[in-house]
Amino acid sequence: MSLSVHIRKRYGDFLLAIDLEHTGGICGVLGASGCGKTLTLKCIAGIEKPDEGKIILNGRTLFDSDQKINLKPQERHVGYMFQNYALFPHMTAEQNIICGMKGIPERLEETLSLMNIQECRNLYPRQLSGGQQQRTAMARILVRDPEILLLDEPFSALDSYLREIMQTQIHKILQDYGKDAVIVSHSRDEIYYLCDRAAVMHKGCILKYGMTEQVFKNPESAEAALLTGCKNIASAKKTGEKTVFVPDWGISFETGVPVKDDLEAVGIRAHYFDPGSGRNLFPVRIVEQREEPFENRILFRYEEQKEGTPDLWWRVPKNQTPAVRPVKIGVSPENILLLYKA
Amino acid sequence: MDWYPLWNSLRIAAISSVIVFFCGIAAAYYVAKLPAVIKGILDVVFTLPMVLPPTVCGYFLLILLGPKRPLGILLGKIGLQFAMTWYGGIVAAVVVAFPLMYRTARGAFEGFDNDLAWAAQTLGLSNTYIFWRIRMPLCRQGILAGVVLSFARALGEYGATSMLTGYIPARTATISTTVYQLWRTNNEQQAFFWVMINLAISTVILLAVNMLERGKR
Repeated sequence: MSLSVHIRKRYGDFLLAIDLEHTGGICGVLGASGCGKTLTLKCIAGIEKPDEGKIILNGRTLFDSDQKINLKPQERHVGYMFQNYALFPHMTAEQNIICGMKGIPERLEETLSLMNIQECRNLYPRQLSGGQQQRTAMARILVRDPEILLLDEPFSALDSYLREIMQTQIHKILQDYGKDAVIVSHSRDEIYYLCDRAAVMHKGCILKYGMTEQVFKNPESAEAALLTGCKNIASAKKTGEKTVFVPDWGISFETGVPVKDDLEAVGIRAHYFDPGSGRNLFPVRIVEQREEPFENRILFRYEEQKEGTPDLWWRVPKNQTPAVRPVKIGVSPENILLLYKA
Repeated sequence: MDWYPLWNSLRIAAISSVIVFFCGIAAAYYVAKLPAVIKGILDVVFTLPMVLPPTVCGYFLLILLGPKRPLGILLGKIGLQFAMTWYGGIVAAVVVAFPLMYRTARGAFEGFDNDLAWAAQTLGLSNTYIFWRIRMPLCRQGILAGVVLSFARALGEYGATSMLTGYIPARTATISTTVYQLWRTNNEQQAFFWVMINLAISTVILLAVNMLERGKR
């Protein structure tokens, strides 16, 4: 159960340089649009050919430029779910699932019921709801029993209500199915919920790979921090073993872990500010309070903050929002993300 | 009443449509995959017969296939003589109708969502299956339009055909060359008759296509 991808591919100015050793389980690839995540999946599936490198799936070489191995997509046994599902519009759901297979596959009925699409088996894709389309696409892949699932932005075509339902269903399917999967997404919530391991991708490179929780806890670079949803990032300098100075905010923070010399920036997640904290407590000026259904989003500035720098974000559940606007906001030292060069 | 021109026109149009169908689709499919420069050149070459006067096409065909030209002599040795024969009309019709099939098929292929072909590949479907069972059915409308246009064009072909096969009654006469010959010899009534025949065939084809399309929807 492993996927090893070491590939290079140039597209004009864009260079895809992926080095990923996925040890098994469900791997999320988090990245902004245009960072090369879909291209990476296509290279694994054999739809795109890398300029050079190696792709090895469970010990089987799918691509190796040195040995001149380049298996056809048909020979790779990967299940690829396209962003728009790519169901064949002139075939019914059932025809889509069994198309090209010899006879009726044994697991057809089982798969149809697992995906809960027995009722719509004779409908054409355009007659299916978004969720049914996705389940049909999933059934079409699973009935062939691929070695790995590649899901490209699996929920982006669904509205937010359906998205949450399908996330739960796909989560269950992935757990039950027990095969490796790579899920590509720009949504950190999806990745966090669905994946054991996460890779953060930026401009064609993987910045960080590890256990999902660890990646979110310690993104290590400003780019990765941004992608994992950190709203407040500013350049910073090391001033002591556990102290950093942030010129833009005019503040010195105490950190939870020792700072390395090549520190570039610090990040503070919007949820981690706390006016009740005794640590890193500094005077602030509240700029704006935006109300959301269950949270407040508060924009504030440090008193000594430089002109022209962005306001800081603080997100706080409604029932924990202080009645009086705080004049000082703190943050505990372990919640200061230390960010280094990517 | 000599029905030969009708029979001859229909068989020329039918056979050349079949040839053009395969050639046009193959050309459209493979040209679409080529690098831009070669694609541009081939595109011009394949489309030229559409914009050149048919008599110019006929001229080139005569130069190529005339009985005293090298290729013509070679083909003559295996018993194929395209000048002044009815099947020479097929060659003329194929050349003139090919660009219509090629261009409509290419337009249809370019509008095809490649994700479908890629998805099919990852599902293990063979490229032959993908082409005939997925790409072609989904490009059906464009392809069908190309076939109809090619057939109609082949049926109405005059210039290149008359250059290559001339007009020999009961041997190379087609509806269009017959109409011209009859008009030229002041046989207006007979010419009108053949004009009506041609009109009837074309109308029937177009109606059939319309019904076919409605039936499938």
